[in-house]
Amino acid sequence: MFSGASNFVEGVDTAFAFIFGVSAFFIIAITAFMIYTVIRFKRSKVKNPKQFRGSVTLELIWTIIPTILVLMMFYYGYMGFAPMRNVPDDVMEVEAIGRMWEWEFVYENGKSSKDLVIPVNRPVKLNLKAEDVNHSLFIPAFRVKEDVVPGYDNYMWFTPYYIGDYEILCTEYCGMLHSAMTADAKVLDSAEFEQWYADLSQQKEEEKPEGFEITKSNGCFACHSRDGSKLVGPSFKGLYGSENVVITDGEERTITADEDYLKTSIINPNQDVVKGYNPGLMQSYEGVISDEDIDKIVEYLKTEK
Amino acid sequence: MESTQATNHVSYLQHKPHKIGILNWILSTDHKRIGLLYLYSIMVFFIVAAFLGLLMRIEKFAPGETIMDAQTYNGVFTVHGIIMIFIIVIPGLAAVFGNFFLPILIGAKDVAFPKLNLFSWYIYIAGAILALISQFASGGAPDTGWTFYVPYSADSSTNVIWALTAAFILGFSSILTGLNFIVTIHRLRAPGMSWFRMPLFPWSIYATSWIQVLATPIVGITLLMVIAERTLNIGFFDPALGGDPILFQHLFWIYSHPAVYIMILPAMGVVTEIFPTFSQKPIFGYSAIALSSVAIAAVGYFVWGHHMFTTGISYWSRWFFSFLTFIVAVPSAIKVFNWISTMYGGSIDLKPPLLWAIGFIFLFMIGGLTGLVLGALATNVHVHDTTFVVAHFHYIIFGGMGFAFFAGLHYWFPKMFGKMYNIKLANISFIITFIGFNVLYFPLFIIGLQGMPRRYFDYFPEYQYGHVISTIGAFILIIGIFIMLFNFFRGARKGEIAPANPWKGVTLDWQIESPPTLLNFDEIPVITEKPYTFKKEEEA
Repeated sequence: MFSGASNFVEGVDTAFAFIFGVSAFFIIAITAFMIYTVIRFKRSKVKNPKQFRGSVTLELIWTIIPTILVLMMFYYGYMGFAPMRNVPDDVMEVEAIGRMWEWEFVYENGKSSKDLVIPVNRPVKLNLKAEDVNHSLFIPAFRVKEDVVPGYDNYMWFTPYYIGDYEILCTEYCGMLHSAMTADAKVLDSAEFEQWYADLSQQKEEEKPEGFEITKSNGCFACHSRDGSKLVGPSFKGLYGSENVVITDGEERTITADEDYLKTSIINPNQDVVKGYNPGLMQSYEGVISDEDIDKIVEYLKTEK
Repeated sequence: MESTQATNHVSYLQHKPHKIGILNWILSTDHKRIGLLYLYSIMVFFIVAAFLGLLMRIEKFAPGETIMDAQTYNGVFTVHGIIMIFIIVIPGLAAVFGNFFLPILIGAKDVAFPKLNLFSWYIYIAGAILALISQFASGGAPDTGWTFYVPYSADSSTNVIWALTAAFILGFSSILTGLNFIVTIHRLRAPGMSWFRMPLFPWSIYATSWIQVLATPIVGITLLMVIAERTLNIGFFDPALGGDPILFQHLFWIYSHPAVYIMILPAMGVVTEIFPTFSQKPIFGYSAIALSSVAIAAVGYFVWGHHMFTTGISYWSRWFFSFLTFIVAVPSAIKVFNWISTMYGGSIDLKPPLLWAIGFIFLFMIGGLTGLVLGALATNVHVHDTTFVVAHFHYIIFGGMGFAFFAGLHYWFPKMFGKMYNIKLANISFIITFIGFNVLYFPLFIIGLQGMPRRYFDYFPEYQYGHVISTIGAFILIIGIFIMLFNFFRGARKGEIAPANPWKGVTLDWQIESPPTLLNFDEIPVITEKPYTFKKEEEA
């Protein structure tokens, strides 16, 4: 009944079963007793109720028994949890990066993936890194969750027991597309994993201009796509030199997205908002990104055709 | 008896020193009128926030965009949370029934500082208006969630500062009201009313007030620090500025966990008044109930860490906070057993107030026991930040505090307005609300256990059945609530005249006229016996 997709399922689900079992008993028993009392002691049946005010014995009983029960719940919760902090020595370490609004998993050999690909029956430790705001990595089937907090070296580990695909969700609210920040945990058999792991052909991306890295590290791609699709803001694809209708102080006008326009849009994003997009969603990067870096971003944007 | 009193006395509602009607309200320092001012303000905001909640449920009826986009949805759940938490449930019962009935129940003519009391209401309204402005001002509705977690709240370009300032100002109202009630209870009890002759609603208000006074300043300072972070770029919490994002969560929950007890303790106090009256029997375990309120208030300070089990806090602090969380569960269990034992052997009259109070026990049990799932470490890790948590705190806050509020309204309505609502309609509205409530929130436990996160605009198709049932429940619930409100409005306007003591209660509130006179008592009563002493045989 309690075997599941990871090594923690048994301990966690035992705690669930115990707590739900005790709770269900009390909810049913107390509700039944209340209904009985209301019917049995209706005003039409009882004219002169006894005027007792309490009982020390009863108070002791219903203090001590619940205390024992909740301490047992604490114990089961603790036993299910303790191994989650006790990482074995032979784990495979993977860096899990959370940024608005995507996950990236980086392996020891430098391989990077949007999905967490792992071999079955081998313990995996995820080192959690946040690049912008708080996130939280949650894999329901494995019963694991840990927040991904900027500046903190949080981690989680688990051993997947079955081959298959499992959902990875972000469970710490992180802004507009929080609910789209999902990925898959793909559990493969060892041979298949080794093959995937050794294949680095996808990784050799063409040389990127410096401005690309600056753009990426500031999280710009979360709102501005590189493939022409409309996100929160206009896509970077083909942006440089294009003609756009913008709204300035409530007036529509047509501009060409030249260097000046792009710089203004980074420093003062709400001044000329492209028609069809909402103002107020982008903050000014004045003082956040240096002028020098802004120039590099603009140089990079010229290459997005 | 009632008729002679009515001819000799002027009720607080007829007492109108000012010619312009509204001035009799906004310049009145009468604790009863101030209680009603809070009641009406809370009711207006409750309708607004409940409507926002309904919009969220409609959006979730199907995956993807249904009636609003992601940014709008994030703004809606944030403003729903801010209004519900800071404007409705934190002042809630204490501001409405505490103001109206605390002085009456302890035999006082008013609270200790009546002008300060009115001033607190003005601060409250100022904060509430700021919160509303944050929703509609040009930057867009705040989208941080009511928890304002940094770094996101330091980065978001929406009206976060407005919302933070609103919550900061509302905190002052809460502190001053708490201070006022503490002094009132210490100084203004009627002669002979020793601490253990005081009814239990004042006891719960006393415990609540201490939390308000001691805990609220922490959140006030914390919110100011976020404002400073945003405006002056001081790195308190944002790691980009060298700050610590987890520090924010500690400070926030050091207040916001005790704040849960600010909400629920007065609710427990209200139902504690209702059970003896409708059973015609003394409260069972008076001292156990009184002291468990104080125990909850005291231990409640030291459990904030259970909101942070997955943030990376140390191994030892995780199990320590888990342990204390289980300890604080026990006093609540003690109260439930005592309430039920109060009914046992009584002469039970199942009128609407008792119906709501029993509904309260049922929902509060579910809310409390699912809280144990969240208190245990292993299970917390799985359900943290899922809809399981959403269901849990709605069972506690709405099923607990909300149902107790409605129980209190049905209980004290004849005293407050001197009129009676329609009993049959009240029963109908209870049944519809109770069913709607469970249909709305129970499925969220199930899909939460399956892994449905909270604050999700979109979701995977496997969770849709739960969201559909839940949305249907939202409509049933809203119908029930509107029937109840309609019943109150009709009752207040053309209900039957209520007698001074329709439920045969024995606390001081039922010994005076309905509605009370300006100064409540002609002569300050002298208390000679324990509270909840029912005299034999008063057959009608």
